[in-house]
Amino acid sequence: MPHRTFFWFILPSALAMLLFIAFPLVSVILQSLHVEHEQILVTSENCGPFGCKQSTSVDVEATALLKDAAPLGRFNGLGTYFDRGHLATAEISAAWSGTDSWGGFFSKVMNLPFYKALAFTLAYTVVVTPLVILLGLAVALGVNGLPKLLKGPTIFISLLPMIVTPLIGSLILYWMIDADGILGKGLQYIFDDPALSLKASPLLTWLTLFTYGVWHGIPFAFVVFYAGLQTVPEETLEAAMVDGASRWERIRYVVIPYMGPLFVFVALIQLMDNFRVFEPIIGFSAQANASSLSTEIYGDLLGDNAQYASAAATSTLTVIGVAILLTPVLIRTWRDFNRKVV
Amino acid sequence: MSIASKRRSTPLVLISSVLVLAWIVVAAFPFLWTLWGSFKVQGDFFSKADWMNALWGTRTLIETGGTFTGAGYEGAWIEKEFWRAAMNTSIIVFFTVIISLTLGTLGGYALARSGYRYAFWLLMLALVFRAMPHITLVSGYLLPFFEWNLWGHIPTTIVVLVAINQPFTLWMLHSFFLNIPKDLDESAMVDGCTRFQAFRHVIVPVMWPGVITTGLFSFLLAYNDFTVTALLLNQENQTMIPKIASFLGSTQVEGNVMFAVAAVVSATAPLFVLILFFQRQIVSGLTAGAVKG
Repeated sequence: MPHRTFFWFILPSALAMLLFIAFPLVSVILQSLHVEHEQILVTSENCGPFGCKQSTSVDVEATALLKDAAPLGRFNGLGTYFDRGHLATAEISAAWSGTDSWGGFFSKVMNLPFYKALAFTLAYTVVVTPLVILLGLAVALGVNGLPKLLKGPTIFISLLPMIVTPLIGSLILYWMIDADGILGKGLQYIFDDPALSLKASPLLTWLTLFTYGVWHGIPFAFVVFYAGLQTVPEETLEAAMVDGASRWERIRYVVIPYMGPLFVFVALIQLMDNFRVFEPIIGFSAQANASSLSTEIYGDLLGDNAQYASAAATSTLTVIGVAILLTPVLIRTWRDFNRKVV
Repeated sequence: MSIASKRRSTPLVLISSVLVLAWIVVAAFPFLWTLWGSFKVQGDFFSKADWMNALWGTRTLIETGGTFTGAGYEGAWIEKEFWRAAMNTSIIVFFTVIISLTLGTLGGYALARSGYRYAFWLLMLALVFRAMPHITLVSGYLLPFFEWNLWGHIPTTIVVLVAINQPFTLWMLHSFFLNIPKDLDESAMVDGCTRFQAFRHVIVPVMWPGVITTGLFSFLLAYNDFTVTALLLNQENQTMIPKIASFLGSTQVEGNVMFAVAAVVSATAPLFVLILFFQRQIVSGLTAGAVKG
């Protein structure tokens, strides 16, 4: 296709992505380098019968004018990145020199909002992704062995947890694990502890969120693997059987290697989606015990005095995280592409 | 392969059946439970006395005189004006899907037919964009949108959703167009069509399966979105999902969680219908990107 035609075909789509994905990223970086204006203070002297008093007040009008003139705020360089809410370098070095055990150091670091969020986000990504792949494969193998008549309805039900809005899915589970809900009551009964609540401790909240993540993720892995299973060549399986491979060996040495690219695909999509975990934390009202990078940003943006600079700094750091996550994939694709060209 | 060699040992059949059964229960039960419970009163759905109350509606019978009640739905749809949110969602979803698909088919077709290196790089860039958490983009929008008075309007949200949707739409349609043989449009061009005419008269008639599948996913993205709609729309233009989230803030105080439960069930119903009719397309769409690697 000539360059010219290509350009006109791609233009609307490229323009949309440029304006609403690339520019916002630039805007985020710009915002993160600025902070809100300081309020302009005026000192006035009030003289009454008992002498004069000096009082300081905020000059609302002048502050608003300044805000209008430069909506971004004043330039702050990388200041926001290193403050307590983000990388907190000063606090970290204080914690490093102030504590003598690793445990003490970590518990201090975990009290800093950014690291707390980062820890949860990474933990969520690292725990949920492999579990989704494993259980998704297990369900796919199971459904593959079902009689034909049952396959359709099973797939229909299996799709539900993925298709349903994440916020709604997490709300539904949240109501069920409520201390008065059916699962909450059930757990209290099983562990014989009437005070048991999944919302109380950070550990239990984290486990609940991980469970939700797996529940939400399995359908996707399942469908992809199930479709992959349909394309595994029968001849190879038969050959393996003739050579005396057991069922497990056939799965291990034929099916799994054959589906290699699918694992990479599911892992990639899951990593991207789990890294931006957001709705479940809102749905489970778990902000007190678990925060992710996304909820940190959301918290900064919400309300009347939104802190754009802080949100922007966290956003930039998140984008850097995504970039690190994607680098291996991009390098691999780059190599494949070059090989194809040569 | 003979049937005998395919037969599995009994314990294996047992294990895999139990596994599938367990998964089905885990996947379906929460929805059935919530659907059932949405017709009860709060005292049953969150029963302090006995969980069986939720099944038989003991308190519902005492409070309303019947074992089922539509009070939650009435409260959500009429009193809390959920219908307004449902209308806003329909408008936003409809236009997002239409515009996404229009831009996406043009772009995806171009990417599938161009053999140049930059087409590959555009796809890679789209992949990177696809990975961006939406909230980081939203934090980029807010300040400029406030400055230019674009904040809060439905069209703004539609345009933003279309843009966020583009990377995915491009990838998916690109892989669908790769499956349509090149000869088709090239022979039309040999016959004297321009590239656009070839696209319009030869490709458009055969592209519908791919477009419908992609449209389903665009629909899901727009319908399920919370991040963008919660932060970019004002109170009056709010859509269903942020509305449900806002129910939680206000209703728990009044003891009316049932409004939220009813709203949740109402918002899930269209998705149910969607899977019912388009199961095959959804499955093929999920795998389209994967099988081609």
